Amino acid sequence: MTTETLSLVGRDLISMRDFTRDELLAFLDEARAFEDFREPILLGLVLGSLFFEPSTRTNLSFSGAMQRLGGSVLGFADSKVSSTAKGESLADTIRAVENYCDIILLRHPLEGAARLAAESTGLPVINAGDGTNQHPTQTLLDLYTIQQRRGRLDNLKIAFIGDLKYSRTVHSLIDTLAHFDNELFLISPPTLRIPAEFLEELDARGTVYSEDEDFFAVAKDVDILYTTRIQQERFPDPVEYEKVKNAYRIDREGLQKIGDEITLMHPLPRVNEIATDLDDYPGSAYFEQVRNGVTIRKAVLSMLLGKPRV
Amino acid sequence: MSEVTNERSTQLGYKVSALREGTVIDHLVAGTALKVIDILGLDFKGSVTVGLNYESDKVGSKDIIKIERREVTQEEVARIALVSPRATFSIIRDFQVVDKFQPVLPEVIDNLIRCPNPSCVTSDDRVATSFIVLRSDPLRVRCHYCERAMKKEEIELL
Ligand SMILES: [Zn+2]
Repeated sequence: MTTETLSLVGRDLISMRDFTRDELLAFLDEARAFEDFREPILLGLVLGSLFFEPSTRTNLSFSGAMQRLGGSVLGFADSKVSSTAKGESLADTIRAVENYCDIILLRHPLEGAARLAAESTGLPVINAGDGTNQHPTQTLLDLYTIQQRRGRLDNLKIAFIGDLKYSRTVHSLIDTLAHFDNELFLISPPTLRIPAEFLEELDARGTVYSEDEDFFAVAKDVDILYTTRIQQERFPDPVEYEKVKNAYRIDREGLQKIGDEITLMHPLPRVNEIATDLDDYPGSAYFEQVRNGVTIRKAVLSMLLGKPRV
Repeated sequence: MSEVTNERSTQLGYKVSALREGTVIDHLVAGTALKVIDILGLDFKGSVTVGLNYESDKVGSKDIIKIERREVTQEEVARIALVSPRATFSIIRDFQVVDKFQPVLPEVIDNLIRCPNPSCVTSDDRVATSFIVLRSDPLRVRCHYCERAMKKEEIELL
């Protein structure tokens, strides 16, 4: 294919910060061709899937992607069964595992673990989430969904609502969207505002944004509403949690007040941020995000392993 | 007349003899001289004079270090820049200042800063730290591993 694709062979997928705008567009372009593709182009190749903390959805999504392209998967879904529990360093674990596979997938509670793993092996490493830092295939599938739904990645008004302080998904997507020209609305309770360092980054890159507490104050202009889970453990006071939880709940009645043009996204799993009466709302894209996750991961595996579609 | 020579006669001159060969590190933020000695290690061939808490028109109060028969490496300069970005270095040969410069931070700082993020993979001491310099003054760095950006007040030297 193009030279952009070639340059991604053998690369690691650790952080969205490592990729140029053109490179991430190359991932999205390639993914389109992988929508219904299930030929055994990865036959004989092995994904070493190391989950030092459980994440069933991500694990299943990658395994599904690998197996649909004819590859196989080995590894563990929980570090309790691995030798790290016996005090082995991550670098040593990776140096052992690289003998059993062709590409490594790593989920780890510590931030920077995937970067460290990539530096410990010549095999490509994919970050499946390192603490609160990065989860690049989530960001790619979000971009892919936006592009699919709206036909573009720029000139959009995108609102993020909920826990903007701790949400890795939101941080990474906001940061990556700064490659494109969009207007962002950051809606959260005062205690869960986005950290200042992300705003400084947006300022430095010239992204237009505003912060608000009330979604409906800005809603009528918005093209995309990206909701996130507000976790109870972030609130010392359960009464405060209940108030916030209900104030940031989106249901069909609320959404219809502002029209039916809005695209509704959520990284899942949801608690009650999105009422189930929105599941058949035409703008709801959150189950599509799950499907797009497999598509993106098929494309990523194929590109990093240098095994293009035939 | 350079400032170093000037100060030698008015301040340091009373306390220590002039340097024939070596390095004067001036305008160190007051209280950082011992940290700088630490950075330079114990690899000294001649005497080392440390002056603490001098008054300075330029930086308020400052520390000064004079090192006999020892010049500083670029890496040491970078380390000192982290502690005291506006320090000045004067290289002395035969009582003359032959070179005078201010530090420039490298783009990447390896194994010099401890990441304050307890969830960073470098909290395991077996992992060497690495930081990318986003801005040097005021200092802003990003941990190469956890990718968190931080200011000078948030970091700790190793
Ligand atoms: Zn760190």
